Amino acid sequence: MTFLGDVLVLARKDLLLELRSRDTVPAMLLFVVSTLVVFHFALPSDASATAQTGLLWVALLFTALLGLVRAFVAEREERILDGLVLAPCDRSAIWLGKVIGVMAFLVAAEVVALPAYALFFRPVGWELVAAVALADVGLAAVGTLLAAMAAAGRARELLLPLLFLPLVIPIVVGGVGASATDDPGRYLAFLGLYDAVFAILSWASFEYVVTE
Amino acid sequence: MNTSLRNNQNVVLAAAAGCLLLAGTALAFYWVPNAPIEGFRQRIFYFHVPIALTAYACFGWAAWKALRLLWTRERRYDLESYTAVHMGVIFGILTLVTGSIWARTSWGHWWVWGSRQLVLFLVLFLFYAAYFMLRYSVEPGPRRANMSAVYALFGVALIPISFLAIRLAEDLVHPVVFTHDVQSKLTGSQLLTFLVCLVGMLSLAGSLYVNELTGKRLDARLRELREALQ
Amino acid sequence: MSTAEKYVTAAYLVILAVVLLYVVLYAFKLGRLEREVAELAELARRREAERKQAA
Repeated sequence: MTFLGDVLVLARKDLLLELRSRDTVPAMLLFVVSTLVVFHFALPSDASATAQTGLLWVALLFTALLGLVRAFVAEREERILDGLVLAPCDRSAIWLGKVIGVMAFLVAAEVVALPAYALFFRPVGWELVAAVALADVGLAAVGTLLAAMAAAGRARELLLPLLFLPLVIPIVVGGVGASATDDPGRYLAFLGLYDAVFAILSWASFEYVVTE
Repeated sequence: MNTSLRNNQNVVLAAAAGCLLLAGTALAFYWVPNAPIEGFRQRIFYFHVPIALTAYACFGWAAWKALRLLWTRERRYDLESYTAVHMGVIFGILTLVTGSIWARTSWGHWWVWGSRQLVLFLVLFLFYAAYFMLRYSVEPGPRRANMSAVYALFGVALIPISFLAIRLAEDLVHPVVFTHDVQSKLTGSQLLTFLVCLVGMLSLAGSLYVNELTGKRLDARLRELREALQ
Repeated sequence: MSTAEKYVTAAYLVILAVVLLYVVLYAFKLGRLEREVAELAELARRREAERKQAA
């Protein structure tokens, strides 16, 4: 099968699994809305736009973490990943398939999170949507690679946040900057740069992470 | 590698480090004149910046060894990359501590978010500390070596991107940007003192690196020996 | 000593302290390695003795 064909098959597998079991996305939706409510109580009433936007991005980060921890759980439980690695497909097809799946989950969560944010805090502009879209690519690309690493270790729910958070600090900067300043273009360009660099790195190195 | 050759290397590095750092400290305290604006406290610069540069060098060295591992699959590069990260973290902690002391004496606070170098080192410290968490939670073997190598490579990619992010974040959060009043051009005596300290620090890192690597290799050999005997 | 001098000296002392701490930790490690080598030498000697007895 062609590379693209492999990718689509793998992505479809993840999405179908999720559709049938419905355990990850509803949890992410509920988590992000609860977090936004908690943040309302954590912020003073005269909180600045930057503070409110910042907390939205924190909520999105942790929701992404939730989804990513689940991304490789099934694989590990049933050793599907070993089987996939033995299959005659390019290993990075596994990565890209997973990335598409993770992005689908993230978008589903954001479809609920952004209106909730607009309702609870402040209106959502096009810059925020663009920033979220770009950030999703980076979060999924880096997160999938790191989740594969963490899945091979012992305390993987603890390990993944530790690996993930330092790497995604630039995404938070880009995201908050794009939605809270007068010059979103610069921050969106920076998000694009981050996506380009880390997506290429993750693509190239996934093979080494899952094989001996 | 022939052990006697490695021992010589170690002795040379340690001796070089000792002499250079002794000389550098003497120069920094006795010979170099006071900086015009900052005054006496600017002398921290002669250790703080070489330590920071040495930390960057260690991380770069770790990434190079990581690349060699992924290229050639030779196991020895795993230990070398690991040791380099270890040294980088030690010097990173030293950078943070000396930077914090310098911040305290310059601006009155033990921590300033406006100092780009400090914030960058904090992010890098968190990143490379997670490296150790990764190593401890995965079974030893080629898989762990590969993962550590990939992670070390991500680290050096993170350095410039993080720096850009921190610069962009300044416009966001509007902290007062703190830079030390180090003149853009160092005078002759300042440059000499700085270079002596820099090469001294690099030799110190190199000497510690060779020591640590020997220790780790011995550990591995002993483990093999124990398994062979039992 | 002026305050500035105190801080500068503190910075240099911290560096010295960390390096010395490293030396101490390394000394412990060397002690452990020596003990392990002694143990393994003992194991090897015992194996050799058993082999001689069996032969």
